Amino acid sequence: MTTQRFVSGDDIHSLSAYVANKPGVLARIAQVFARRGFNIDSLVVSPGGTGDFSRMTITAKGNPEGLQQVIEQVGKLVDVLHCFDHTGQDVVVRELALVKLAVTPSERTEVLQVAAHFGAKTVDLTEESLTLMITGQSDKLDAMLGLATKWPLIELVRTGKVIMARGAAVT
Amino acid sequence: MTKQILDGGQALVKCLENEGVEFMFGISGGAAIPIFDAVVTTKTNIKLVLTRHEQGAAHIADGYARATGKAGVALVTSGPGATNTITGILTAHMDSVPLIVLCGQAISPMLGKDAFQEADIFGMTMPVVKHSYLVKNTNDIPRVIREAFKIATTGRPGPVLIDLPKDVTAGPCTADLLSALDLPGYKVPEAPDSRIILQIAEALAKSERPVILAGHGALIADAAAPLRALAEKLRAPVMTTLLGKGAFPETHELSLGWPGMHGTAYANKALCECDLILNIGSRFDDRILGQPARFCRDAVRIHCDIDRSEIGKMIEPHIACVADARLTVEALLEHVAPLKTEAWLRRLAGYKKKYPLKYRKTGSLKMQHVIEEMYKLTGGRAIVTADVGQHQMWAAQFYRTDEPNKFLTSGGAGTMGFGLPAAIGAQFGFPDACVVCFTGDGGFQMTNQELSTAVLHKLPIKVIVLNNHYLGMVRQWQELFYDDRKSGVDLEGNPDFAKLAEAFGAKGFNIRRQGDLRRVLQKALDYNDGPCVINVEVEKTDNVFPMVPAGRPLEDMLIEPPKYKMDKPTGST
Ligand SMILES: Cc1ncc(C[n+]2csc(CCOP(=O)(O)OP(=O)(O)O)c2C)c(N)n1
Ligand SMILES: [Mg+2]
Repeated sequence: MTTQRFVSGDDIHSLSAYVANKPGVLARIAQVFARRGFNIDSLVVSPGGTGDFSRMTITAKGNPEGLQQVIEQVGKLVDVLHCFDHTGQDVVVRELALVKLAVTPSERTEVLQVAAHFGAKTVDLTEESLTLMITGQSDKLDAMLGLATKWPLIELVRTGKVIMARGAAVT
Repeated sequence: MTKQILDGGQALVKCLENEGVEFMFGISGGAAIPIFDAVVTTKTNIKLVLTRHEQGAAHIADGYARATGKAGVALVTSGPGATNTITGILTAHMDSVPLIVLCGQAISPMLGKDAFQEADIFGMTMPVVKHSYLVKNTNDIPRVIREAFKIATTGRPGPVLIDLPKDVTAGPCTADLLSALDLPGYKVPEAPDSRIILQIAEALAKSERPVILAGHGALIADAAAPLRALAEKLRAPVMTTLLGKGAFPETHELSLGWPGMHGTAYANKALCECDLILNIGSRFDDRILGQPARFCRDAVRIHCDIDRSEIGKMIEPHIACVADARLTVEALLEHVAPLKTEAWLRRLAGYKKKYPLKYRKTGSLKMQHVIEEMYKLTGGRAIVTADVGQHQMWAAQFYRTDEPNKFLTSGGAGTMGFGLPAAIGAQFGFPDACVVCFTGDGGFQMTNQELSTAVLHKLPIKVIVLNNHYLGMVRQWQELFYDDRKSGVDLEGNPDFAKLAEAFGAKGFNIRRQGDLRRVLQKALDYNDGPCVINVEVEKTDNVFPMVPAGRPLEDMLIEPPKYKMDKPTGST
């Protein structure tokens, strides 16, 4: 089979790997990226379908040419069933963030207005703090977090991107 | 009668028997005792060979594997025993050699607690193995062993490390010794896509100046016979890489020898002037390419490799074929017709005549002369191992190889100290073969303790120490690129190698003059009661040519010593 190279101008790539759930598999994959100088921006690992397999969604930065090789090298690891680059493809992309802000009771209304606009939910509330949960595409999260800088941030946790192919296709 | 339950070590040995293992090379220690004990209690036919260093064990297993095509097995203890194998694992990894490394390990409840002789060998070796295991349950042993051999020997072969905590090898094993494999992610390409074969055939049909480049992959896939048929049918010249030596007979009229940094001028010229390159099983190593951007720039580039991740890594091909090399060549054979290559072959014959591999026999004794003499005396039939350095390059130039798996050297890693243990491994694999090791005075001192192993087993290997009293290859670079500033290359303090051999109980010879060369080499060949070491005093400051300075295009190859001052090389090494 001739190899089909996906070369995009993007520097940020969304990859998805389906792997056997065995010890060391994450370390092996991380090493392939590190050896070629790719930085992993986000990584989500979770059980995929059955407990024997895991799904990894990896967002990585680096030049597209080297990335193709990284993908092939990840793909050839014994415990990896497949690894695909979904950058630029029509896929469902979601991310979740928890944002804890230092908000006094008098400021709550304004925060909740911003939250409502983005469909974020309040998941925890105290006299000094308010924790929001927002899900969606990463740029939507970025937009809300941008507005939320108005209040002192206590902490922020983002899950990193997960992606899934549209329609009946597999990721 | 109740069936006796095996312990993990015994199950391991039984599983190794099932895989057809003949030898295990290694050194014991606390964490590996249950395995060594099982060798006795199972009364196995597997021969346990005690080496003198674990690096030696790994290289011996590697040499055995390269010579026989079967997996080689090293067995070592935890901690330092295991870490001593790492150079051997890297060497096997770089050259795609099926090596199984079994390591004893601290008991599993102590893992991660800095137990005595605990080393995270699983983690440390991850970048240099094809795959590895840390076995947590005794009942996993049979499956792991079966998987390990499958992984090590199929597709693109490579080393597999198995870390075996002592409680795991000591515990009872009730699992079926033929447990099923569980390798859902392991895929091995097999037959080539027929459309691609047709594309390649079409491209070949249009070519007037083709070259075939055959790499180690052609040997691994046992493609030498169909490759020869293909070359002869096409009337296309063939070059084999350093590791591919023997995939096509070097004495064949269509052979161009090997290309690259110290390859033949005519192979490099053919690469500069060809209109098509058909690569069968070479990973386009940087030592072959010169400058990747210039390499075969105007030629149609066809890359056949079983490892998809090699495609486009160094050279972007026009046609890529990811499949077994033998099946690829056989398929091609059915679709090609003779090419009109008369003019091209005539041009290359002219280069062979004009730029032969040559050296001067006058003056002090040359390494090339020693190697050529040995080639003649052995009729070119020996299994040759070469260590790393100038002597390696000359061995590859002047000991022409006509048959597969008869020239063994550390190519990718360039591991000094590989030659002697590799020769030991090859001789274990082929007890009746003539095995010759060409080594340097530097490299020999890195693993010469394995002479004990060779003496003990009466292996009649011929170790030829080409003694220039220098780390010659490095000295050559310093002379050519660093104004001859010698830094850390003088091997002053070398022992008397012939005496050293005698101290081991091996036979020692010395050659100091040309006049003694043939006679003493013949004596060494006639001595078959055990190993012999032939110390040959050679020209101290000779340099290897042709030479393509690292990072320069093949067009800039130096056929002779340069008359001008050279810039420092830009290529990696
Ligand atoms: C383990 C190891 N250390 C260092 C080197 C770097 N190196 C490459 S060739 C060479 C010199 C080899 O000297 P010798 O064995 O005497 O062979 P010669 O070049 O003189 O024939 C050295 C030091 C190496 N390849 N391997
Ligand atoms: Mg030397």
